Amino acid sequence: MRDVAVLGVGQTKFGELWDRSFREIGIEAGLQALVDAKLSSADLGGLFLGNMASGSLIDQEHIAPLILDYAGLSGRHLPSVRVEGGGASGALALHQGYLAVASGLYDFVVVGGAEKLTDVPDATAAQITSSAADHEWEVVFGATLPALWALMARRHMHLFGTTREQLASVAVHAHAMGAKNPNAHYRNKLSLEQVMNAGPVAEPLGVFDCAPLSDGAAAVVLGPLETAREHTDTPIKIAASQVACDTLALQHRDDFTTLGSTVVAARRAFQRARRAPADVHVAEVHDAYTISALLALEDLGFVEKGAAGPAFASGRFGPGGTPTVNPSGGLKAQGQPFGAVGVAQVVELVRQLRGEAKERQVSGASLGLAHNVGGTGATSVVTLLERAN
Amino acid sequence: MSIARFWRETPRRYNLGGSKCGNCNTVYFPPRLVCPTCPQHRATIEKMVPFQLSGEGEVVSFTVVQDAAEGFEMQVPYVLALVRTVEGPVLTGQVVDVEPKDVAIGLKVKATFRKLREEGKAGVIHYGYKFTPAAAPASAAGPRGPVEPVRPTEATARDRAVA
Repeated sequence: MRDVAVLGVGQTKFGELWDRSFREIGIEAGLQALVDAKLSSADLGGLFLGNMASGSLIDQEHIAPLILDYAGLSGRHLPSVRVEGGGASGALALHQGYLAVASGLYDFVVVGGAEKLTDVPDATAAQITSSAADHEWEVVFGATLPALWALMARRHMHLFGTTREQLASVAVHAHAMGAKNPNAHYRNKLSLEQVMNAGPVAEPLGVFDCAPLSDGAAAVVLGPLETAREHTDTPIKIAASQVACDTLALQHRDDFTTLGSTVVAARRAFQRARRAPADVHVAEVHDAYTISALLALEDLGFVEKGAAGPAFASGRFGPGGTPTVNPSGGLKAQGQPFGAVGVAQVVELVRQLRGEAKERQVSGASLGLAHNVGGTGATSVVTLLERAN
Repeated sequence: MSIARFWRETPRRYNLGGSKCGNCNTVYFPPRLVCPTCPQHRATIEKMVPFQLSGEGEVVSFTVVQDAAEGFEMQVPYVLALVRTVEGPVLTGQVVDVEPKDVAIGLKVKATFRKLREEGKAGVIHYGYKFTPAAAPASAAGPRGPVEPVRPTEATARDRAVA
């Protein structure tokens, strides 16, 4: 296994991109990443594409060769592979790209993530994305993704005294960060009162506790760390990329306030990188729901189990925090195009570690963590990125 | 959804038929072909035996759903809960015949056979388990909405006949 670096990044705006098609956004992000990496497409070994539900959302399966084709690369007959893992599809694709380069099979790969959620009505998109939960034993009985996360939220409140205000503070934080991100779906600030008084979705979660359904794409170019400086002055090393899985249905877990997959993926990642949670300067965590962010901060090891609510509400994870959490605005404000999320998290971290994040810059950041979750935690992917010396 | 896809699950959805590991005696619902908790995982293949759940349990967590799943739009607001059965497995299902404000963690419930949802006017009607309070709360005003048309005893008998 050889070390792998991120050489280039690209991302479209996230949001309701009504004038742009799936193939357009997918290609835009990929081409940006290629240009950023100063890489000729002649050097590419393959493409990995994270996407959750194109078949249901745009009636198009077999999208990996489609994106390759419209990127102008089909004539070279490169391998192009789609990867699916619910909302963690993007980071799973990154994991596959990482393995491909680390193994030596390919030198350079593009990893993309793309989703087009607004070509169907909102309710349809919500139903389609709920298939990341167990259809037969959860959805058929009336469950939705927000309802399942609400079950975790209620249990967390019951066991640890987490409050409605503490949950709401996660959304307030996300929008404050997203206001500084030109690619964000939402750039408006939210007050605690606005979040708490918003219409209920699945109590205790309201409309503003839930990340939006967005269109968007993101891409990175990966290559061997050894020759990375031929492409960039600031190569970012993938210090670890770890995947862990759990039961598909929430009901089968021993603990409804811990994502076992996140705990294990994080532990493996920190072991691999020989680092600890306290070393992380900046983290992009999966805040699909406000409760998701609180569980993530506990399960990743940034705070004790049960302590994330007060810690978050006290501002510990804001600018200058330990770590600074979701400078991009997270899924809540930057947006939630399912298959693109995990790749976009890495795009943001690369910009942070390169020192190119402008208004959002976390000063002196040299170690970043990305945390991407599928469904209610059946898949978690933790990626550690560090600035190479 | 095709009729067969729903129909093949009726022994579980209508009658709470689970399975038990012949090695460690842990009960599972829905049934499993292999035991997820036995240290000797492979040794449990073909050792899983059918096991009937009683339907009694208690609420571990719950939410009041306002933004419904597809086919449940007419039922909002509805209570969805994680129910730990006395035999061990946790089931996801609605808690009905009770006001949402009277549902709490720890509430004792029992499974009941109900209509889950309809796939439009001409589509398949899905039946299965929901939960009701084991003892009627003092403030309960009786069942909300019309009584479901299928009696649980009939369905149970039919499933046993099929099985």
